[in-house]
Amino acid sequence: MIKAAPMRALLLLGPLLVFLGLFFVWPLVTVIAQSVSDPSVSRVLNRTAAAIDGWDGTGVPSAEVQAAFRADVVANTDDMAMGDVTRRLNATKSGFRSLMGKTVSAVKEDPDIDLARIDDRWTDTAYWQAIQDNASPYTDAFLLAALDLERDKSGNIAAMPEGTSANATILLRTLWTAGVVTFCCLVIGLPYAMIAASVQGWKRSVLLGAVLLPLWTSLLVRTAAWMIILQDNGIINQALMGLGVISQPLALIYNRFGVVLAMTHVLLPFMVLPIYSVLLTVPGNLMNAAASLGAHPVRAFLRVLLPLSFRGVVSGTLLVFMAAIGYYITPALLGGASDQMLSSVIAFYATGSANWSMAAALGLILLVLTLILYAVYNRLSRDPVEAR
Amino acid sequence: MSGAFISFQDATKDYGSVRVVENLNLDIARGEFVSLLGPSGSGKTTLLMMLAGFESVSGGTITLDGKVINDLPTYKRDMGVVFQNYALFPHMTVARNVAFPLEMRGEAKAVTAAKVKKALDMVQLGQLADRLPGQLSGGQQQRVALARALVFEPRVVLMDEPLGALDKQLREQMQLDIRELHHRLGLTVIFVTHDQDEALTMSDRIAIFNHGKIQQCAAPREVYDHPANRFVAEFIGETNLLDCKVSENAGETFSVTLDDGSVVAAHGLPGLVAGDRALLSLRPERIEILPAETDATATGQNRLAGEILDTIYQGDHLRVVIETAVGQIIARTDRKAQEWPVRARVMLTFRAADGWVIAP
Repeated sequence: MIKAAPMRALLLLGPLLVFLGLFFVWPLVTVIAQSVSDPSVSRVLNRTAAAIDGWDGTGVPSAEVQAAFRADVVANTDDMAMGDVTRRLNATKSGFRSLMGKTVSAVKEDPDIDLARIDDRWTDTAYWQAIQDNASPYTDAFLLAALDLERDKSGNIAAMPEGTSANATILLRTLWTAGVVTFCCLVIGLPYAMIAASVQGWKRSVLLGAVLLPLWTSLLVRTAAWMIILQDNGIINQALMGLGVISQPLALIYNRFGVVLAMTHVLLPFMVLPIYSVLLTVPGNLMNAAASLGAHPVRAFLRVLLPLSFRGVVSGTLLVFMAAIGYYITPALLGGASDQMLSSVIAFYATGSANWSMAAALGLILLVLTLILYAVYNRLSRDPVEAR
Repeated sequence: MSGAFISFQDATKDYGSVRVVENLNLDIARGEFVSLLGPSGSGKTTLLMMLAGFESVSGGTITLDGKVINDLPTYKRDMGVVFQNYALFPHMTVARNVAFPLEMRGEAKAVTAAKVKKALDMVQLGQLADRLPGQLSGGQQQRVALARALVFEPRVVLMDEPLGALDKQLREQMQLDIRELHHRLGLTVIFVTHDQDEALTMSDRIAIFNHGKIQQCAAPREVYDHPANRFVAEFIGETNLLDCKVSENAGETFSVTLDDGSVVAAHGLPGLVAGDRALLSLRPERIEILPAETDATATGQNRLAGEILDTIYQGDHLRVVIETAVGQIIARTDRKAQEWPVRARVMLTFRAADGWVIAP
């Protein structure tokens, strides 16, 4: 009976735990598993994969391994899957394409044929080595590819050849764009939060409303609104041309400017609100106290108000940056081809080319980045005084 | 008083259509300790904020050492301010807080360090120099605030209910500490409070505020013994106010007729003339209770016959409520004095100097 109470209390947590498990932990585990799993070889050559595991990598594998390989080839009925296997093996050791073609037709005719008699390449350790390397259902190839890296023939990590992949470029661009957006939010948001915290009554309500209202509007609607405003015959360009300031429409959309502008607008509340809430806890007469002690308003601001808002600035900066690196809709709708961020690459792999492992690997990179930032945030916000 | 150190001339403050300080005149001498005392909303804090430069002046002038400072920004006024909520900088250590005004004045590091140490020793907090304000008790924080307001040797020290947030014992200790510092350093202090005991304890003069005006500004003894009007008489201490009519004004001593026709002698405000309606203020502790059969004519004192209604034990004194022909009167007697049974017939006596006649 004593234990019943804690158990009942745990029951209250039940819905939350189920929700977390179902919609957070499980998808996360799936994504991580997906990003490192490569079953194409091990699925087709499953007997071989099991048998070759014990091979020491010298000479030629034992007769059992060779028998398992033949059995796998005979058992396979999916030519597409075998094609995948061949391509993968060929990428590791060239020559596999012709070797596999020959071997498959020979083994299908005679399941007990000696492999060395089909082709003497089967007596070459390197080919068996390639099978062993690819037999594992786990691979770091996707994670490496997400960073434009690959394993070379000897298994060392090396950069991919120039021009074959742009993931690293896009990752850097994502970080850069998020950084610019965060900076813009800070430049606008810090003074804004300070003003909002220093006024009273309806002025404060209006200022906070102006920040909160966009939060209650759909992201898509806000992005679409920016499209209307920024396009070549949008409000801004028409007004400027009507006033005779410009003769050609300014390029405001489908470039980095449009992306940064709209993202700054959308993310501004995440900068303003943390700073505002921190400033509310600052006693109102500290600035008066500083003035009475002989501090010019500018010095009082730098020495008192700015350090005290530091915690809010850190929270806001990280919130905005973390949200920004995962942005998809806004860059997709307002940016040009060279403004796409990592999310759109993930979307391409997930929905465009059905390469789930690649999408998962890129997603994992984003997740790790976010976690690192979160650790930094924790470190900085733990003791605002020592962080001064 | 042209030689005044600080002078308010017709100082006025309006918030929109509300006038919170009205044509106020007050002169404060160098080295003086003046308390601004009054109920909340009486304009005392506003006046202090105007002097500190936190509030603009709507009308009139404020001069400091002969110069008009109406438009001088706060940071150039050279006044140390102690706030009720301490207003210490929470992200700086005690020492850095105290060093702040010196740094703002560009003092050399060595000089700053020496002065900070001296100021902290003065408030007995030298050993807490490296703590943060959040790690100190309320009393310690207020002492830091005091050290910070004094360390740069300001021309004036302004205190806005600095002891309001402290408990009673600590408050009384701090009152004595501040009083001692004032005497030792010869500070000019303007001290806002709504606690009359605090004002009586510490001040050279008390300015009593009501509705944005000074009702009376005088030494504590004067304010208590000779209140200028009914508000002051009721606000400071406890008093019995009896309706009366001035029947004769012979210089210092008045003859007044109470409502029951009895005539008593009392001191009072000059300016009241025979026939004026007036109030007789009788402090409870100045009334002596004697048995009814006492022959009071011999003592030459005023007499009022009455009957004991109640006696309340209050620790260090007894509060006695007496029913008389002119209404209920409260008296305070020594704890060791005779205890009167309820309904006992008594004679109340007081000297002319213990009564004070004011305009109604």
